[in-house]
Amino acid sequence: MVENRPFITFLSHAVLILGVLIVLMPLWVAFVASTHPPENIMTSRVPLMPGDQFIKNYTQALTVGVDGAGKVPLSRMLFNSTVMALSIAIGKIFISILSAFAIVYFRFPFRKTCFWIIFMTLMLPVEVRILPTFQVVADLKMLNTYAGLSIPLIASATATFLFRQFFMTVPDEYLEAARMDGAGPLKFFKDILLPLSRTNIAALFVILFIYGWNQYLWPLLVTTNEKYYTIVMVIQRMVAVPDGEPLWHLIMATAILAMLPPMIVVIVMQRLFVKGLTETEK
Amino acid sequence: MADISLTNLNKTYPNGFKAIHDIDLEIEHGEFVVLVGPSGCGKSTLLRMIAGLETVTDGEIQIASQRVNEREPAERDIAMVFQNYALYPHMTVYNNMAYGLRNKGTARDEIERRVQDAAKLLELCELLDRKPRQLSGGQRQRVAMGRAIVRDPVAFLFDEPLSNLDAKLRAQMRLEIKRLQHRLGTTSVYVTHDQIEAMTMADKLVVMNSGAAEQIGNPMSVYEKPATQFVAGFIGSPAMNFLPAKLQNNGNSVQIEGGPCLTLTDSVKSINGNQSVIVGIRPEHLVPMPTGAIGFAVEMIEALGAESLVHGRLACNGTDVTLRVDAATDIPSESEIRLHVSTDNLHVFDADTGERLN
Repeated sequence: MVENRPFITFLSHAVLILGVLIVLMPLWVAFVASTHPPENIMTSRVPLMPGDQFIKNYTQALTVGVDGAGKVPLSRMLFNSTVMALSIAIGKIFISILSAFAIVYFRFPFRKTCFWIIFMTLMLPVEVRILPTFQVVADLKMLNTYAGLSIPLIASATATFLFRQFFMTVPDEYLEAARMDGAGPLKFFKDILLPLSRTNIAALFVILFIYGWNQYLWPLLVTTNEKYYTIVMVIQRMVAVPDGEPLWHLIMATAILAMLPPMIVVIVMQRLFVKGLTETEK
Repeated sequence: MADISLTNLNKTYPNGFKAIHDIDLEIEHGEFVVLVGPSGCGKSTLLRMIAGLETVTDGEIQIASQRVNEREPAERDIAMVFQNYALYPHMTVYNNMAYGLRNKGTARDEIERRVQDAAKLLELCELLDRKPRQLSGGQRQRVAMGRAIVRDPVAFLFDEPLSNLDAKLRAQMRLEIKRLQHRLGTTSVYVTHDQIEAMTMADKLVVMNSGAAEQIGNPMSVYEKPATQFVAGFIGSPAMNFLPAKLQNNGNSVQIEGGPCLTLTDSVKSINGNQSVIVGIRPEHLVPMPTGAIGFAVEMIEALGAESLVHGRLACNGTDVTLRVDAATDIPSESEIRLHVSTDNLHVFDADTGERLN
């Protein structure tokens, strides 16, 4: 809808800007708090302008660590979170694109059953199956490992389902043309299907990376060794110090740092991401 | 020696639907065979069976004298042009054409040579680096042809390749495909539902109806002597007129229902009494003439330029009839005229089976 009415334009911009301000306010407060010495934050008046401790606070957070979080430097946790989010995103995409390929392009007994079993796991998110999953992971001696952090979260019905829907929109003629061209199933997958799913893979990667990055409950359960803590779960630990004041300046620095990687992923991949969600047929 | 031969070919789908009935067909080297029929008649299924995209229930397919029933499409030495071209959207024109050769393990410079040759033949040289979506319909069509040509196969298979083009381009590509086929001399099987395409392109026409071949022959003989009422109605535009009638005089003449008795040039064999028949007359064989034997009520006239189509009803029994007359003929609409029937061109079909009788 294209309209040219100045008042409507003004109003819609005003609403949008207001919305942006509301969303940005807490982020700004967090950022400002992370640049002040601790005593400034504890005073009655909360500062609204950045302080002069930016470098000091962030260096301390990244290299030394915070008491409540077992004194592990944040750089280590950022690394842990990245490893976990990446393995979850890549693992999920890898497994689900292959299983969708099998379900759509192969005729085998109980194909429909397989699909519905996969589909049914949609109803069982991590939180529902957390105790048995923990038991399995513990029995496999995967507590306090990267494998334990990521593998149980990899099995994914959502991604399988999305790829299945996408594959079903790919015209059968491509498969037939590929067969005439002498391409076997895996060659067809690699040469035709994978390049065609490029934008879908990108969109899913963004979604799944953020999903993996934001995991809280599961890392909390399977890690007892500080070396495997992820940054998202550690924020809570920092706040819940048994005695003494929470170190707000460092907590806010941690929060800001925890936000950065997902933001970078979204910004870098946003063009492909939007394409993957909106584009139907080339 | 036949390039492709189909023997007693049958196809039944798992749900029991019989798509192809006992088809026998010999396709000679260099021949252009057109499979034509209404939608759902099994012509595409038959082509896909030759291509290896559909399994064969019964019978045998031989390509270059070798049984290929169990072979993968790529191992049959054929190339196919699809209705929607099926060009890989993410590959350049060059890669689209080269993909099949690469999979076969052809040497790189050989691929280069073949693709360049085909591109020259099809005037695609400037387009080799483009992606399919940057091409027009006609260009895509040519790339799809190129992809078939580079493989230098025993036969080309075409699955309604022109149905996505507009009328003008279709006529042009029709000519281009035919010319190309002449030049390369490659055996071709072509599926279409368009009877003009079928008539103009075919060396041999196969008219199909509900899974069976109704008639196989060269286009003119099919047009002049259709074997069944179905073929007579399908081939030719506007369609042949059918009049209900009864045989008379030991099969030497036909009595049009409520109308005149027409003497046949070729008498009808094997008759029983005054059997019910259907008389077929092509629109061009009904001629307006004041002394004509049949009364005709004109309803509507379509002027096509060089000629006109006159639609109306027979006065004697009310059958809908179309005539094709020269545009210069002056026929007032909503008038009564008399028609002369040239008896050399009568087609007589059995009213029950639809088989040709004369």
